[in-house]
Amino acid sequence: MTLAKRMWKARWAYVFLLPALIPFFIFILGPLLAGLRLSFYEARLADQTFIGFGNFIKLAHDEAFLYAVKNTFIFVLVVVPVSITLSLFIALMVYPLRGSVQGFFRMAFYLPVVASGVVLTMVWLYIFNPTYGLLNYLLSLVGIGRVEWLGRTETALLSLAIVVVSWTLGVPIILFIAGLAGIPKSLHEAAKIDGANSWQEFWHVTLPLLKPTLLFVLVTQTINVFQVFIVVLLMTRGGPANSTQTIVYRIYETAFTFFRFGYASAMGVVLLLIVGSVAVVQFKLLGQEVQY
Amino acid sequence: MTTASYPKSRKAKKWFRRTPWMIGLFFALILALASLLPLYWMIIGSFKIQTNAMSVPPEFWPSMPTIENWQKLLFGKSPTWRWLLNSVVVASVAAAFAVLTSALAGYVFGKKEFPGRTLLFWLIIITMMLPKQISLIPLFILMRKLHGFNTYWGMIVPWVAYPFGIFLFKQYMQSIPNELLEAARIDGASELRSFFSIILPLSKPAVGALSIFAFVAAWNDFLWQLILVTERNMFTLPVGVSKLVSNLSNYDLGLAMAGATFAFIPMLIVFLAFQDYFVKGITLGAVKG
Repeated sequence: MTLAKRMWKARWAYVFLLPALIPFFIFILGPLLAGLRLSFYEARLADQTFIGFGNFIKLAHDEAFLYAVKNTFIFVLVVVPVSITLSLFIALMVYPLRGSVQGFFRMAFYLPVVASGVVLTMVWLYIFNPTYGLLNYLLSLVGIGRVEWLGRTETALLSLAIVVVSWTLGVPIILFIAGLAGIPKSLHEAAKIDGANSWQEFWHVTLPLLKPTLLFVLVTQTINVFQVFIVVLLMTRGGPANSTQTIVYRIYETAFTFFRFGYASAMGVVLLLIVGSVAVVQFKLLGQEVQY
Repeated sequence: MTTASYPKSRKAKKWFRRTPWMIGLFFALILALASLLPLYWMIIGSFKIQTNAMSVPPEFWPSMPTIENWQKLLFGKSPTWRWLLNSVVVASVAAAFAVLTSALAGYVFGKKEFPGRTLLFWLIIITMMLPKQISLIPLFILMRKLHGFNTYWGMIVPWVAYPFGIFLFKQYMQSIPNELLEAARIDGASELRSFFSIILPLSKPAVGALSIFAFVAAWNDFLWQLILVTERNMFTLPVGVSKLVSNLSNYDLGLAMAGATFAFIPMLIVFLAFQDYFVKGITLGAVKG
């Protein structure tokens, strides 16, 4: 059968695809490719000039952007492991509980996800206030003195990390609980008969069988956390002294405050390359199939 | 456990074995309370007058509860109700489009063979994984040309094609038995009919989960709504409310907390009403993903 014939035979498939494909090309794929192209241009609101790798060369010497790359990496390296460890821990503790009690825990960690970044950031801004904030008050009860959470270069990024961790636990906990439920009981029993203690059972039975879930959580969390933005916008605007600059915040300011579209697109390309290669590495390291 | 002292009775033995878990559970409980505390603080804060909101030590229960903040928020200068309407319109229309287009496309990817299938599917999956910020700039320029600033359709249009939805529906519809479709074909049902009367009804859980997901995602599409809309009356609720803290050093605390609470309520209602769909949607998306 020729290609045309096969396509004609499957014409219904294309008709069904069109409502998704047309907007996909115009509003998703098209802009993505246009963004790649724009990164090689000096582009502002009205005019565009091709400048080759000019934007990227400039980026390599842009102090604020270099801070942003560094901070974003630190941020991911702190938030993702902490969030995954905590959510795995919570899932393991909560899994043996009865339905409604388990439901309370799931709800407690999922409500911040529901509340969304804007809402939570606004509350944490209040909680972090050095003078009348709740956090400093609670710390003063155990004898820790006043901390300028968002005002000092040493603590500002950490403060943002706390906020982001608080809304990244809910989804992994649900996934890990579902993953734990999928592990055949017979395997746990076999481990017990073989005389494994709970730690050995976790390390040699539970964890390997959770690997697909773990990989999924790791990759999606990493991609999400690399795009940290709202906390920066609403809490610190990149300060103090560039200590909370992140890549997406730089893109936002460069493109939509200074209207330097080409330069901001180049930042977007850098983000794309970083996220893409990190995801590939994670798949390569952890991606082998699990067999029961 | 390899410990020197062995507990004597059976009961004590059981307790002994369970102690680490009990301690762990206790920590999980503390984390759960810590996770809820900001939300409690927000709601309580919305009922405090400014001086009490700033009191040291802080009040865990407002000593002089007031509804002043809520009056200011809901009947004051800000068009808060309009923001709510904007968000509801944008999120529900976006979700409706997203579900319809991705159900159709997911069906085709899950059940049909046609030239270009693999290529198109991978294109969609890759864009699903990539950060969106790079396409934001050309989309912004495009919207400027199409006069999409400060419009509903401008906020909705990036959601009409929903790669995650296509992926989810493909996964789900693959598992529908082919025999059902063949039976329909033998009975002379058209393609459209068998989609709407067989495939779609059988995919109800996926439709439910995805409607909620797309709704929440479009509701929280903060960055796009922030850059696209400059007119105060066209703000969505999250964007409008976020402007209450735009002056970081000096803002009305009680009002900000009332605004945050108000922005939280619609999402809370959606969550409580459709809790099962949330769980289903999250796990569906991850299964063998």
